[in-house]
Amino acid sequence: MDFSLPPGVEEYRQQIRRLVAANVTPDEIDRQHRTGTFSCRPLYRALAEQGLIERAVPGLGVGDPIELWVLFNELEKAGAPYDALAIAVMIAGVVSHVGTAAQKARILPSITSGEALVCMGYSEPDHGSDLASIVTRAVRDGDEWVINGAKMWTTMAHEATWLILLTRTDPDVPRHKGLTMFILPMDTPGITVEPVHTMGTERTNATFYDDVRVGDDAVLGELNGGWRVMGVALSFERGVMGGTNPGVPLLRHVRAWAAEAGRLGDPILRERMARVAIDNEVAKLLTQRSAWIAATGGLPGLEGSMTKLFATEAYQRASRWFQQAAGAEGLLRFHEPGSAADGWIEYDARHSPVTTIYGGTSEINRNNIAERHLGLPKARR
Amino acid sequence: MSVDLGLSDEQQALQDAFTSFFANEAGPSVARDAEPLGFDPSLWARLRAIEAPGMGAPAGAGGGGAGLADLAVVAEALGRSIAPVPLLEHVVASRCFPARDVVAGEAVATVSLRPAAGDGTWRLVPAGAVADVVIGLDDGELVAVRGEPPGAGPRNHAAAPLADRSARLGERTAIGTGADFERVLDEWRVATAGALVGIGAAALEMALGYVMARTQFGVPIGSFQAVQHGLADLPVLIDGARLLVQKAAWAGDREGPGVCDVDDDEVTDFPALASMAFVFAADAAAHATDRSLHYHGGYGFSAEYDIQLLYRRARGWALVLDDPSRECLRLADLLFGSAGGR
Repeated sequence: MDFSLPPGVEEYRQQIRRLVAANVTPDEIDRQHRTGTFSCRPLYRALAEQGLIERAVPGLGVGDPIELWVLFNELEKAGAPYDALAIAVMIAGVVSHVGTAAQKARILPSITSGEALVCMGYSEPDHGSDLASIVTRAVRDGDEWVINGAKMWTTMAHEATWLILLTRTDPDVPRHKGLTMFILPMDTPGITVEPVHTMGTERTNATFYDDVRVGDDAVLGELNGGWRVMGVALSFERGVMGGTNPGVPLLRHVRAWAAEAGRLGDPILRERMARVAIDNEVAKLLTQRSAWIAATGGLPGLEGSMTKLFATEAYQRASRWFQQAAGAEGLLRFHEPGSAADGWIEYDARHSPVTTIYGGTSEINRNNIAERHLGLPKARR
Repeated sequence: MSVDLGLSDEQQALQDAFTSFFANEAGPSVARDAEPLGFDPSLWARLRAIEAPGMGAPAGAGGGGAGLADLAVVAEALGRSIAPVPLLEHVVASRCFPARDVVAGEAVATVSLRPAAGDGTWRLVPAGAVADVVIGLDDGELVAVRGEPPGAGPRNHAAAPLADRSARLGERTAIGTGADFERVLDEWRVATAGALVGIGAAALEMALGYVMARTQFGVPIGSFQAVQHGLADLPVLIDGARLLVQKAAWAGDREGPGVCDVDDDEVTDFPALASMAFVFAADAAAHATDRSLHYHGGYGFSAEYDIQLLYRRARGWALVLDDPSRECLRLADLLFGSAGGR
């Protein structure tokens, strides 16, 4: 066994760290928290200039899952906004895997240059975890498709160049079999974006589709093969593209606050900090395991479910402990005089609840683990 | 040098050998029969026959020269079967006191986890009831003391062969410093954490077997989502603990100091990882045995069912060191600097 990075990957890690340090400035972070738009164009462009986005795209780049993990682990640890980039890289991987030559030529350069972001139209107002039941329709009209419906949680829709959209093309077959994925420009007529503001500051969106007309060139993958395209996206994600180490920046902020506030000697706080450090290490190892499984030819889907379940619940525990430890000062927002960790503690307490919801709820992950890992029967509810 | 989280071929062979050894030779009924003392001399004799007691001692002293990564593999197999033999304590002790009879397993050796009190007593030494040699700290010095094992000790939660021993009476050899003792304790932490991972894994398997066999309301209780979700939390804790044990063992086998940079989530320091592995594995085993006993219903609480044997050992094998909260404070010192400083 060996837990160390090969020298080439260690260099790559240092390269990412330098770009993050240069581009994720305090002003840039303030801008994100002011606007609710958690993307960092200067960082994405800088990564692109050094070829690091293309290098990360599965099928285009080096194809090393260890590198993919290192990239997103470094971004997450640093508190850089990784989600927008993760989706773009993942969808670029899907396009490169199942897209036509024309789609690749049209879409990939815009993503690998760090300019274009992608938003995902999967969930709907009435269909979240039960994604296979979505009702947004795409109907054939001559040589075009006409799309009508509504999507929820279309984060980055107000910034993205591309939209990946899950639709129902055949309502007369079993649920999973009548779905088709489209990829289209966000400026296609008929798309409306309404902001949805959240407790965690981040702005997401509801998007509406009224007679949106696209051609066959917007169909991504096979007609009625949308469920499989989603599977391809998930298989690229592999649980290594962020979201499993949010406790690292939290602990860093707390430690700095504790030192400054003269609280580093408090044994209750020290015990909690140590426990969070353990959970962070475990979350890191579980994520590293997924990367290693992928690097050795496996498909770590269930391991990803397990990691996400553990890491997000540990993060919620940590954010609650630390807000309690900070007392009244832990209630104060960014830059308020006296705010604990300059407001980060209050922010994490507000942000952490969403992490057990999006990207597969804890309950869906437990269902997966019970049925597919533990071999228990389909659950009676 | 590259990320490789798989067992080597040799370790795989070691795992297969010890898993089948303990599955055939030990298991809950052997542990049950060994209560209350918690030691099975015939099982120890069979371990001697495969030269297990000397596996970790230096090759120069006739030992197997195995590292901590190998010991972690053996420890998990032992934990799975809650085998009533002090193999882990013995191997750890033999690494710094590789006397011929210790390496051969003729003499059972162990480690006192706490320094001797002012009167020279080592309190509640693991395997103290049966060990011929105890190593431990007395007045700042690491010593090995040969003495007659009492053959009995206080009845306890885990039915472990705990006993008080003297650091002064008997044939005493100075073998190291306080710093050497810290290393011994860290090796014990990693080995014990490995055994706790084994207990957790065995408890989960026991629960899965029971919830599929037990029928209520006309269906196996394992088909109820409430039960499934309680069990679904366990494999991630067990896998996480196993990875942490393996990383700690890897760090302990490496030359030179590691790093301890929590701000950057880079921890390769052996003592810090040993504490992390110990705390997390103890938690995982406690949690897994707790849930498993619960899903066994009233039968799980009955003396007849085996889960209670695992439940008690999951706690006893860990708490013999100290309150886990204090272990966390030790970890905090390593990660964040001492409470008074910085």
